Amino acid sequence: MSVMPGVVAINTFREAVRDRVLYNLVFFGLMMMGAAILVGQVSIGINRLVIINLGLSAISVIGLVMAVFIGVGLIYREMEKRTLYSLLARPVRRWEFLAGKYAGLLLTLLVNTSFMTIGLAVALYYVGRPFVRADLTALVAIYFILLELALVTAIALFFSCFSSPMLSTLFTLAVYVTGIFAGDIRDFGALTKSPAVQAFTRVLYYLVPNFHNFNAIAAAGHGERVPLALIWQNTLYAIVYASVVLVAASAVFGRRNLK
Amino acid sequence: MATAAIEIENLTKDYPTGFWRKRMRRSLDHLSLRVEEGEVFGFLGPNGAGKTTTLKLLMRLIFPTEGTARIRGRSIDDVSMHAEIGYLPEQPYFYDHLTARELLDYYARFSGFGRAERKRRVTRYLELVGIAAAADVQLRKFSKGMLQRVGIAQAILHEPKVIFLDEPMSGLDPIGRREVRDVILDLKRQGRTVFFSTHILSDAEMLCDRVAVLVGGKLQGTGAPGEIVAIDVQAMEVFFEMPDGSSVPGALAQQATQTGARYRIEVGEAGLYASLDRLRDAGARILSVTPVRPTLEEYFLQLVGREGAAPHAVEVVTR
Repeated sequence: MSVMPGVVAINTFREAVRDRVLYNLVFFGLMMMGAAILVGQVSIGINRLVIINLGLSAISVIGLVMAVFIGVGLIYREMEKRTLYSLLARPVRRWEFLAGKYAGLLLTLLVNTSFMTIGLAVALYYVGRPFVRADLTALVAIYFILLELALVTAIALFFSCFSSPMLSTLFTLAVYVTGIFAGDIRDFGALTKSPAVQAFTRVLYYLVPNFHNFNAIAAAGHGERVPLALIWQNTLYAIVYASVVLVAASAVFGRRNLK
Repeated sequence: MATAAIEIENLTKDYPTGFWRKRMRRSLDHLSLRVEEGEVFGFLGPNGAGKTTTLKLLMRLIFPTEGTARIRGRSIDDVSMHAEIGYLPEQPYFYDHLTARELLDYYARFSGFGRAERKRRVTRYLELVGIAAAADVQLRKFSKGMLQRVGIAQAILHEPKVIFLDEPMSGLDPIGRREVRDVILDLKRQGRTVFFSTHILSDAEMLCDRVAVLVGGKLQGTGAPGEIVAIDVQAMEVFFEMPDGSSVPGALAQQATQTGARYRIEVGEAGLYASLDRLRDAGARILSVTPVRPTLEEYFLQLVGREGAAPHAVEVVTR
């Protein structure tokens, strides 16, 4: 197996760290500390619910912002600054470079999310109860957030191969929002009498990733069990969808003339 | 016939232009070239002539409209062949979050070297290009000249057989240029093939076994530098100083221009010694005598005038 993507991935991760991307952890840490102290004083009995909801939402939003804003510049910046010229002149295939950039950003998101998970655990511990089995659902919710971020990163990377960061951001966010409401859009189409609208909403439903299925924050807050089948289904879905998007990105980038 | 280091056949590149991208602008027009193993080959031409386009095509950074190229007998589309080549892009820019040492180590990893070997090579090439003292400084703090040196180091770090340098002297001070010339000559001594583009005629004269001249995307000719670029000495330039109270003698006074205490005259090659004798007799101190040659720009302008070609990109054809 080629080591090239791994070498590119490590450099991408190092770049993110040196560009102080992980500074967001300070913000997250302060927010969780503040929230833990505050809910300890004002809410009785729902400390856990508030902390888990707040913590998981913050993990999701911060991860999403990172995935979109770093993802859309991943390839574009390399082309614009011409840093990939001396790299692609080496025995590196374009898809290897692309896979490396993707893996590097995923690694950054994984490290960032892991630290935030530790912060959430500390806050939960602080609000005064031992960990229970139901808390494991929060870990499942975090796993789903990571799967969602892997999808969003693949989509941002795809757009980054042929459009500017601003347009790529718009496109990625549009796909994300559509993906959250994919089920509603399909149901809306089913309510109409128009076969054209029904067909369009059905195509849209299957085309955009269904992000709604990746949201387990509410279940985690209430300590509800997430079915094992859903975990498998989401895992498989994210792997297949991200792979298809990456193959498409590779096809676009592989034929692209660099400026 | 031995395998050539570089073989280019009918390489052509058109770029779509206009809002609908229906018009095509030809940057390179059926270029065919052959560079032998061990040669230092200069690729000359004014801005926009197609030099960088050619190098980018060879590096598969862009794709040809027509034509093919082989390096050491293998197609440029063969990715594994790229292990045998080194490339310095024009005005190189590297990851500025890395130090020079880290950057070279990063590139060395793509050649599959182990840790100890990488360390040895990185140290050696940092010294060779004269930036060992700044090895642990982030590249964002590097000047253009220092980046150029890093660029040369990364191009030769893996000891490739064929090295492509796009304007390697660009941004370098006179000492840096001399050092790069020494590096190129050293590569030649090691039997490597060097293909470099340049605007600087004296570099081409000094270093190249052969040169090719490209104007408006079209090859004007290839050959030894003296053959292909007829660079006759136009005149001799003499700088001198006169002793206090003395004036420039006779006819020379009319053509002399004065800057501070210095005078400058241009005389024909045939009349040089007579003029120098006259100046010496008048007590002048001769500071320098330099042949005046047409600049590369002038040479290209002559060529463009002769061929009726545009100096830069060029032909517009409709799809």
